[in-house]
Amino acid sequence: MSQSFDEITAQLKRRHRKSARLKWMSMGALILAAAFLVVFIGDMLVKGLPAFQQAQVQVEVSYTEQSMQIPPAAVNDEVRNLVSRGYLRLIPGRMRDNPELMGTTRMEWVLADAEVDQYLKGHYTRLSDSQKRTVDRLEEAGRAELRFNTRFFTSGDSKMPELAGIASAAVGTVLTLIVTMLVSFPIGVMTAVYLEEFAPDNRLTQIIEININNLAAVPSILFGLLGLAIYINFFGVPRSTPLVGGLTLALMTLPVIIIATRTALRSVPDTIRQAAFGVGCSRWQVVRDHVLPLSLPGIMTGSIIGLAQAMGETAPLIIIGMVAFIPDVSTSFTNAATVMPAQIFTWAGEPERAFIEKTAGGILVLLAVLISLNASAVWMRKKFERRW
Amino acid sequence: MNRILKTTAVAAAVMGVIGVAQAREQVRIVGSSTVYPFASYVAEEFGATTQYPTPVIESTGSGGGLRLFCNGVGEGTPDITNASRRMKTSEFERCNENGVTDITEAKIGYDGIAFAQSNDNEHLNLTRDQIFKALAAKVPQDGQLIDNPYKNWSDIDASLPDREIIVYGPPTTSGTRDAFEELVMEAASEDMEAYGGEAYTDIRADGAYIDAGENDNLIVQRLAENTDAFGIFGYSFLEENADTLDGASIDGVEPEPEAISSGEYPVSRSLFFYIKNQHAEEVPPMYDYANLFMSEQMIGPMGYLKGIGLIPLPEEARAEARQEVESHAKLELSDLK
Repeated sequence: MSQSFDEITAQLKRRHRKSARLKWMSMGALILAAAFLVVFIGDMLVKGLPAFQQAQVQVEVSYTEQSMQIPPAAVNDEVRNLVSRGYLRLIPGRMRDNPELMGTTRMEWVLADAEVDQYLKGHYTRLSDSQKRTVDRLEEAGRAELRFNTRFFTSGDSKMPELAGIASAAVGTVLTLIVTMLVSFPIGVMTAVYLEEFAPDNRLTQIIEININNLAAVPSILFGLLGLAIYINFFGVPRSTPLVGGLTLALMTLPVIIIATRTALRSVPDTIRQAAFGVGCSRWQVVRDHVLPLSLPGIMTGSIIGLAQAMGETAPLIIIGMVAFIPDVSTSFTNAATVMPAQIFTWAGEPERAFIEKTAGGILVLLAVLISLNASAVWMRKKFERRW
Repeated sequence: MNRILKTTAVAAAVMGVIGVAQAREQVRIVGSSTVYPFASYVAEEFGATTQYPTPVIESTGSGGGLRLFCNGVGEGTPDITNASRRMKTSEFERCNENGVTDITEAKIGYDGIAFAQSNDNEHLNLTRDQIFKALAAKVPQDGQLIDNPYKNWSDIDASLPDREIIVYGPPTTSGTRDAFEELVMEAASEDMEAYGGEAYTDIRADGAYIDAGENDNLIVQRLAENTDAFGIFGYSFLEENADTLDGASIDGVEPEPEAISSGEYPVSRSLFFYIKNQHAEEVPPMYDYANLFMSEQMIGPMGYLKGIGLIPLPEEARAEARQEVESHAKLELSDLK
């Protein structure tokens, strides 16, 4: 201990410098992460916000015998290629349903073709120069404008970008997650209750415990393979349906729910169990009336996070055929359906430029739903959590 | 007792949901990612204009589609599979072994494969020989096969630009890669003595060829970032990104619809779908869909599919292909050889 005062001062300075450096480095890491997030979300917003608007044009539609046979004949030459084909092909059907239309000519606001839409938004378009001039003229006359795109939320996928929407994928997601929850929640909670409250602590239960923890870390694509082998090939559950998708995702969510439930059960103090036993409750009564109600907020939080995870999953669903072109909104658990991340994946591969904004728009919708799910989990924990 | 009843009811309900499997109205289609945009367009039209539900189409790749298709007959196997190449004889035999014996082949048109770069560069004329030399794992030099020594395009031919060879292309699972290997690599190497008349399709793995995944849009984006690079992808992506991309002409022919349709553009291939005739009774709308696909308004020169990048067949070939589908002509092994 023959250090001089100067040496100690120098050493102290070095140590302070080190801790300052650590502080700056960790702050830098945080800033970097925040920058990534800002760039990502900013990019999505810039690309995706135009998806919530869609071009409409006002054209003269004549309902004649000829338009019944050849729908494009209902609008005149000049604007024929500017109107969405998805609108034109419905004209014969509308005329059949409304016979009074026959022989009339009306000015109508109709959905514009995706190329017109892209042109009005200032993106690259394949319109010819003369078509661009026509659109310019229509816009000046107030006959072409961008409006809020309700179709994006009410219709299913389409090959025509102006018609494509996220509704069938959203409904598919809801149906799939209902199945997931119905299967994984009761099984997961029951498993956790048994392991935590009833099971003896021996070699067997330890092995089970380790395996459940491992299962939570298994790559999700393996669950898809399992789903294909067991549900589709063995039980004959129909391919591409919310039923098989939900069952597969349930396998994936199960370990998350079990682990969350066990943590929640463990956080209930033993004194509560002992007090209940003390007044003569059976084990069943202890669990049902005291332990479960107290741990419910934790269980719900864990389940919601597991659900959010399942919602963002695409890999296992590719294998069981849910990444497919599905324009119809599914109405039952056994109709073919797709889910939101799968829809985004499909759009990302389309050649048409107009799908770039659809892809980003879909991501924004999915992010919004996931953020609100996670926020509700946090809110629940804050509101109902009890500290002992 | 009550509880047992409840449990039974729930179990019965679950079984009931699973047990719904009857004559289907919904056609099930799998197969090539190249044909997928065309098939899904037809499917959507079919769903919108008939009383049947929209067929379900999965993009599994040509090989994957044919594997599912040939798995057998009946519920759980697809009715139609799309392919960006013809069925192989081995696949046909496997189909037969599994009881899929009555298949109709439908040829719908052509697809060109583009070899393109960012249009910041000057337009380029390449020959298949040059592309082969840029991409083969081993190239002949002084009668010997050596590891590909070419680093820049100008090393291959002094007339080519002094740019590093970087090519983004599809992975081995892709039908586009199969077609590229066959139409460029095989065609170029067959005439080279060093390979002894055998086709050589090994693509170099030293970093000049970069496997860019199945998504062609990713390749397009990378070409915008790296203006030195080339990309290999379907013609429709070139057409759709005409503002940023420039397709190299190959053996003096520009990648344009007429040249692809006439077969003049050397890197073009035929697109098909295959129908499982044994499902005809079980899935009634199957032929309506196939006939709509083959109709003039879809695959004709004025058809909708042309607008999204399909190159139509010449008129006679179209009529013949349509006739085969209408008559449910049975595909024989001898047709594929």
